[in-house]
Amino acid sequence: MAIAARDFRELRLDAMSRNFGALNALKGINLTVQRGEFIALLGPSGCGKSTALNCLAGLLTLSAGSIWLDKTRIDELKPEQRGFGMVFQNYALFPHMSVRRNIGFGLQMQRRSKAEVARKVDEALSIVRLGTQAEKLPGQLSGGQQQRVAIARAIVIEPPLVLMDEPLSNLDAKLRLEMRAEIRRIHELIGSATIYVTHDQEEALSLADRIVVMREGEVRQVGTPAELYAKPAHADVAEFMGYRNLFRSRVSKGGDGISVTLGGASLRGTPIDMTGEGEATVAIRPDELHAASDGPIAATVESAQYHGRDFYCLGRTADGTQIYFCAKQPVQKGESVRLAADPQRVLIYAGAPA
Amino acid sequence: MSAVTESIAPIAADRRLSLRARLALRGLDGVTLLVLPAVIFVIALFVYPFVYGFVLSLQPKAGDWLANYRKFFSEPFLYDTIAATLWLAVPATLINTTISIPVAMRVRLMHRRRILTTILVIPITLGTVLIAEGLLAYLGPQGWFNRVLMLFGIIHSPVRLVHNYTGVMLSLILSGFPFTFLLTLSYLTGIDPSLEQAASTLGANARARFWHILMPLLAPGLAINLCLSFVQTFSVFPSAVLLGAPAGATRVISIAAYQAAYEQYDYSMASTIAMIMGFVQLIIVAAILSGRSFVYRGATAGGKG
Repeated sequence: MAIAARDFRELRLDAMSRNFGALNALKGINLTVQRGEFIALLGPSGCGKSTALNCLAGLLTLSAGSIWLDKTRIDELKPEQRGFGMVFQNYALFPHMSVRRNIGFGLQMQRRSKAEVARKVDEALSIVRLGTQAEKLPGQLSGGQQQRVAIARAIVIEPPLVLMDEPLSNLDAKLRLEMRAEIRRIHELIGSATIYVTHDQEEALSLADRIVVMREGEVRQVGTPAELYAKPAHADVAEFMGYRNLFRSRVSKGGDGISVTLGGASLRGTPIDMTGEGEATVAIRPDELHAASDGPIAATVESAQYHGRDFYCLGRTADGTQIYFCAKQPVQKGESVRLAADPQRVLIYAGAPA
Repeated sequence: MSAVTESIAPIAADRRLSLRARLALRGLDGVTLLVLPAVIFVIALFVYPFVYGFVLSLQPKAGDWLANYRKFFSEPFLYDTIAATLWLAVPATLINTTISIPVAMRVRLMHRRRILTTILVIPITLGTVLIAEGLLAYLGPQGWFNRVLMLFGIIHSPVRLVHNYTGVMLSLILSGFPFTFLLTLSYLTGIDPSLEQAASTLGANARARFWHILMPLLAPGLAINLCLSFVQTFSVFPSAVLLGAPAGATRVISIAAYQAAYEQYDYSMASTIAMIMGFVQLIIVAAILSGRSFVYRGATAGGKG
């Protein structure tokens, strides 16, 4: 394959920080990325993930800390000296240039020969499957095609690192799924490291080798998708990974393991960072809380949304706690249900919910 | 409602529609009437005087219908005014537009943009006469400018800056710059900043970003800017009289028209000069706009967003 990422071993962020006036948007991020890795920066809006990406690209300077590509310090380089490919949220295609010239722009800036530019652009076009659109202007393309031009433009310069800033957020649901697969395929094809910013946990889970969950300018947890899905290290990470049920509770140790009180009932669970007894937060995913005739939790159904395979329901327990759960069978508003969950999937964190 | 359904049907059905419905299909309805006041204004204040002036210019005091035009182009005293005016208008337009680009690029990044913009707009509101008065006092032989230079021994006798070409040029720049600056600034701020960021991640330094990204997107706006600025400076009159040498280097075409109308009371000749003036402006503006058609004129944002 002719388009392949420039060789490097690892990218290292050392206490990368950025302030905007009095606001600490990034508070000392430490992270090491290996060549070929796909990293997702995941977090709610305002958590600093886009700031982190802009710092990596060189569009923002650091307030403190450093960035290293193998043995070279790069945080003092201008963006044009770093040679990273970046895909912007709004694509940022040059509206006055044809698709071909857009993609060839980076190579043109490197003063490559005309023949080489043409050859590489053709390859990039075929990688993103846009061979027939080369002479069009960006304004004549659909959103998904523009997205692919933006990706082609970023990868054709063979960057060691490809940075993507919520690239799929402007696409419709079907296209988003298609492009997700495309992005992963292209990543594997060129062998670069990709850092992908998103607020969509599903996107991060399906794309990334490792997910970096951020909150308020800090890294809360780094792990594989499976780790993050099954065992979030903190309650706020759990909330972001789809654990919609977060309850304030108390832990007590009984004969059959650790249990928590929930809606007047007692439920067995798995402690994550909890030692001993006391105030705790219980996290359960709605799809892991199912209706069972002998379930410990009693609730009244308040609303039910049909989601194709199952019903996504909101219930309320006797003491007024709202509880989200999934039902395989149709349920009616006002109906009484009993709910149960696998003790392995009832996660207990120290302290009350935020 | 029925009109809408029938419009899809074959043309034969068209006959059954009311006149109102048929007009509506061509985009003419009650709202169209709102355009009437503007049309009346344009006819009364632009089309009528223009046509009147044109006809008047073809009715000279003596000679056949083209006598005035023949006279204008045979007397150096008259036809030289075109060159004199162009010699002021073209450099002033180019200087104003060129300087406005770097200034606007810098101002675009400033936080207190409004204060600076307000300061720059003041010359527009003052009007050319007040600017001319100020410049006369400031740049004159006994003005502050010459006095300060002499005080520091940089010059030994006052530099002549008013009542000549320089004085008019300075006044055109002072009064014209804020206008071109504001236009350039608005065009520049309309260009999506992420385009420049994208270019920089692709290895383009500041110079390359300017020539490959900013300039092509700014070009259509600059063309409009050049046209407006040129038309403004080409009809220079007050500053050419007050700050210039109205009998010599800055005898611009509008002075010739003024003299024909109010010194010789030859309205026909004055109309002829006005027509020629308009024609020269038209040629230059047409040239700029045809150049504009060669550059990209679409959106200045890089996609959805």
